[in-house]
Amino acid sequence: MLDVELRLARGAFELDASWRAPTPGVVALYGPSGAGKTTLALALAGLVPAEGRIVVDGETWLDSSRGVAVATERRRIGYVFQDARLFPHLDVRDNLLFGARRTRESGRGPTLESITQLLGLGSLLDRRPQSLSGGERQRVALGRALLSNPRLLLLDEPLSGLDAPRRLEVLPYLEVLRDHYRIPMVFVSHQYEEVLRLATHLVVMEAGRVLAADTPAALSLDRRLHSRIGSEGVGAVLEVEVTRTDGPRGLVTVDVDGEALHLPVAGADVGARLRLLVLARDVILATAPVQGLSVRNALRGRLESLEPEDELHTLATVATGRHRLLARITHAAAGELSLAPGMTVWALVKAGSLAAHAYRRDRECDAPT
Amino acid sequence: MFTPAEADALRVSLVVSGGSVIANLPLALVVAWLLVRKPGALSGALGTLVHLPLVLPPVVVGYVLLMVFGRHGVIGAWLDSAFGLRLAFSTLGASLATAVMTFPLMVRSIRLALEGIDPGLEAAARTLGAGALDRFVSITLPLMLPGIIAGAITAFAAGLGEFGAVITFAGNLPGITRTLPLALYTALQAPGGDVVALRLAVLSITAGVIGLLAAEWLARAVRRRRGG
Repeated sequence: MLDVELRLARGAFELDASWRAPTPGVVALYGPSGAGKTTLALALAGLVPAEGRIVVDGETWLDSSRGVAVATERRRIGYVFQDARLFPHLDVRDNLLFGARRTRESGRGPTLESITQLLGLGSLLDRRPQSLSGGERQRVALGRALLSNPRLLLLDEPLSGLDAPRRLEVLPYLEVLRDHYRIPMVFVSHQYEEVLRLATHLVVMEAGRVLAADTPAALSLDRRLHSRIGSEGVGAVLEVEVTRTDGPRGLVTVDVDGEALHLPVAGADVGARLRLLVLARDVILATAPVQGLSVRNALRGRLESLEPEDELHTLATVATGRHRLLARITHAAAGELSLAPGMTVWALVKAGSLAAHAYRRDRECDAPT
Repeated sequence: MFTPAEADALRVSLVVSGGSVIANLPLALVVAWLLVRKPGALSGALGTLVHLPLVLPPVVVGYVLLMVFGRHGVIGAWLDSAFGLRLAFSTLGASLATAVMTFPLMVRSIRLALEGIDPGLEAAARTLGAGALDRFVSITLPLMLPGIIAGAITAFAAGLGEFGAVITFAGNLPGITRTLPLALYTALQAPGGDVVALRLAVLSITAGVIGLLAAEWLARAVRRRRGG
């Protein structure tokens, strides 16, 4: 369990943030720039002074009411900075081992060999940081943090300094870390896509405060998050499991409250866990089972609520059981169909739009090499 | 190659200037660190004090040293009675005068090197478990090394030529405080000393050029070693 309650003032900026999150897991601090995400991460690391309380898996790092404040160098954190911050006078090997050599309980953390293999750093060990690409630097910074055998890994927008191809190079490694090493992670991001790929717990921040904190699935239905991500990204997040795979083309079937959704996902086996973002704009509602359509995915559910979204649109929440879906429809359509809460409706969604936002949840060591 | 007097002057110069560099290094590190990392009124005053020898006539510096460290000076009298140590008119005294004069050069060079270091690197070292001393030794110091080397060699080369402060505080004693410039000055005063003066001048220029080239070469070697 991560238990965080921090207050600090820096000039005109005030941070007052409290949240709890289960461990192991990945907490995303999500919000616009200036929301205080990085400041919160720095305070977790003890790099900026703060009041309050930080408890990481039962270990107290900060408790100002009892005068406890563990120094940064004793917190055993792995911090991956936006700008990597590799030591320019050391080669990659010595950078990687910098923290490992200072870890008191030696021999218990990951080995240089395993990290080198995991992050694909074998050919870089004798290089100087100056000669590395941005993506390589971030991978080395990640390896350096991991080798210090941290109790908590803090990632401050580790991908923000990278262009799109480099992002795709580093992101899978972060997913492997999440699923393979089970080190509690807190990462700062202003990209919803990144959050959905990595986070198990989401803390939405704005102007130094916590707007909402919960699982991505729960928050995906929350209007407070919608106002942050913009209408294009609004959609329900479903945590599902693959129940059937269909031949080599990779069409898989997942279970949603006893009903089947079909979508193409390459390389997923039966039992694989997926997170789907079903965009509200891609969901069609029908008041009766439909025939003669090419859409194969139709989930039967109960219309739970209708909330006006803007002058033109209504956001409909459909409960299929344990799961919820969001559908964006026009006021006109809602009126024409006489939609009202409690009605039985069918939510239709194309396989292609599901596949565009399907994220694997349990990557073992299958990162690209 | 050298006359005994020239060899003496060269030896005294090397000892005096070398001694001043060794004495200055730790202090210059501390002062540069304070100036960069602890800015404030106190630090500003320290900066002014340290840079004073750059703008004062060297004779004034020598005179102030004489008043403070001379046999009747505040510290000088105490050193004499407690340790029997007399700085004025000694090789050590010449070193002290040279040290004071070249201190700003060394501080400036180290300070520039320190200002060029991203404090974020030290923060990164903290997160990796390095305490304050560890960070200084394993991150800050090695990154400052080119600046330290350049500062030391520049100060050494400048120290070889220090005249006013040395002659005022330490005198012009052959084999003890008569450095190259002092020997040159003495030769010019003597009738028919032109040839000696010319030889000493060439020797001084050579020593200075070698010093500057060495500084450049060392700084480059350090940079090359770290692939920057």
